[in-house]
Amino acid sequence: MHFGPHLLLAALEGLVTSAVLALTALGLSLVFGVMRVVNVAHGEFFMLGAVLAWAITTAIGGHPALGFLAALVISPLIVGGIALVAERLVLRRLDYNPEATIVATIGMLYIIQQLALTFYGPEARPVEPPFTYRILLPWFGYSGYKLSVIATSALLLVATWLVLTRTRIGLVMRATQYDSETAQAFGIPVDRVYGGVFALGAVLAAIAAVLIVPISQAHYLMGQDPLLLSFIVVIIGGLGSLRGTIVAALLIGMSDGIISMFFSPTLAKIIATLLVAMVLVFRPQGLFGTAAR
Amino acid sequence: MSEASPVKAYALHAGVIAFLFVLSFVLPAYYHGLLARILVLAVFAMGYNMLFGYVGLLSLGHAMFFSVGLYGAGLAVIHLGWSVPLAFLGGIACGAALAVVIGLLALRTTGVAFMIVTMMFAQVFYLVILYFASWTGGDQGMVVPQPARVLTFGATSLDLTDPTVRYMTALVLFSVVLLITLAIVRSRYGRVLVAIRENEERTRMLGYNTFSNKLAAIVVSGAICAASGAAYALLFGYVGSSFASVQYSILPLLWVLLGGAATTLGPLIGTLFMYYVTDVTSAYTSAYLLIVGIALIALVLFFPKGILGSLRQRWLGWLP
Repeated sequence: MHFGPHLLLAALEGLVTSAVLALTALGLSLVFGVMRVVNVAHGEFFMLGAVLAWAITTAIGGHPALGFLAALVISPLIVGGIALVAERLVLRRLDYNPEATIVATIGMLYIIQQLALTFYGPEARPVEPPFTYRILLPWFGYSGYKLSVIATSALLLVATWLVLTRTRIGLVMRATQYDSETAQAFGIPVDRVYGGVFALGAVLAAIAAVLIVPISQAHYLMGQDPLLLSFIVVIIGGLGSLRGTIVAALLIGMSDGIISMFFSPTLAKIIATLLVAMVLVFRPQGLFGTAAR
Repeated sequence: MSEASPVKAYALHAGVIAFLFVLSFVLPAYYHGLLARILVLAVFAMGYNMLFGYVGLLSLGHAMFFSVGLYGAGLAVIHLGWSVPLAFLGGIACGAALAVVIGLLALRTTGVAFMIVTMMFAQVFYLVILYFASWTGGDQGMVVPQPARVLTFGATSLDLTDPTVRYMTALVLFSVVLLITLAIVRSRYGRVLVAIRENEERTRMLGYNTFSNKLAAIVVSGAICAASGAAYALLFGYVGSSFASVQYSILPLLWVLLGGAATTLGPLIGTLFMYYVTDVTSAYTSAYLLIVGIALIALVLFFPKGILGSLRQRWLGWLP
């Protein structure tokens, strides 16, 4: 293959990564933005989504599309429910203290990971894509499913944005993010908003995982990379900024796809992590965010 | 931290060290080896406590200080053929140097950003170890050859692979670090650190340079953790990338939280207790991480002061 088509392929792969990453990071960003909680267990909600998707498709059987659609609905709901319970039982009792919640979510990370290892096992298991149509380009054929992942993610991102900016629920969430005490004084049930936001963050991660699992396989350690990448995206995009998150996801996803096609993936990760740490040190509001209040 | 009883505090610490010394002759072989390992790791926890307990800086990247000591000492022996004392000091020097660099960068941030930045630097360090696998052995790790692990003083030589020598060396390191922490905590400098933890703005207003005090604390903490890592490499003869992974940044946090942050003996109690729990439960389940996870959540929820912290609050106000 010549350089041009090679680059196109890398860019397409990068777009798939970006799309899924944007959804995952959006979840992390919402939780941090509204609740000021750094959810270290976010990657495990992602993993849980994928593992449940495997369990659901296996249980249903029949045509792959049927099982996949069921997984796409049921798996995020279960993960959201688990997140809600965790939030009520642990985070709320810690009064959302930033340091205590970070320790507690590390604890959740270990618990979820270990339970997945115990009940799901150490194997990586595939989920069949709902359809296997290949789009023939002049230079190579490309999986139609991957393109549909990009489209679905874009749709969900737009939907989330509409909910946040155009509906009452979004208004309540933004009010809580802006000033939770004043929001409380105006009769907004801040406590319930927090619970909902934490569950929503986990739901977004789970949806992203269900979308990616026909491409990458479900494994109990698969939450680690998305967690790190989501951190990177949220930091570059500015903590708690929605638009920044999406731009940064595109940037990171594309460069990850392109860099790791030409360089060693470990080196790519080293450079990316170091750069992001430097961004956090020298420009804590992110590259696109505004200065913190 | 009352002034009344420095004698009591020193007596307690001397008693603990004497008790550990006597234990060496009483314990069966399995626990003897385990306790030597715990003593070295308790030094790691003490280094962590220096920063987390006394200055209130929660780092999620201390695995890099432990493993820079581990690799600094281990690789110096393997590749450069350094002697044990030189390699040990080399490991500590690496830790202190890394701590200066990390401190200068990470201290520009506060709160949650500090935790994430330290975690990311540690991740970079971990990946660098994997990337230079031809020297570090990558995720397989490397064995420090047994003939190299000998301490020579003139005519006498001590074989660090011998269980008793190993235990005593670990105990010496532990005691020295314990007494250093105790001295620091009781000194003027230690009080400034606590003042920074309680109210940084006010401490600055009183005329203290909080940045340089915090930087010094990171360097001391990094050097202690590196000493623990270097000792681990030389005593147990293995260096591996798993010691640089996130898990080894979380474990000292867990040990310190469990034993009691900002208590000199808390790190030992926490490490000991956690190892004991793991050892007992390993008979029933291999789900080690599950216990770590539950312990972390239970601690922050119900027991935020840890074992010694709670004891100090209720009955033993003089505990340093």
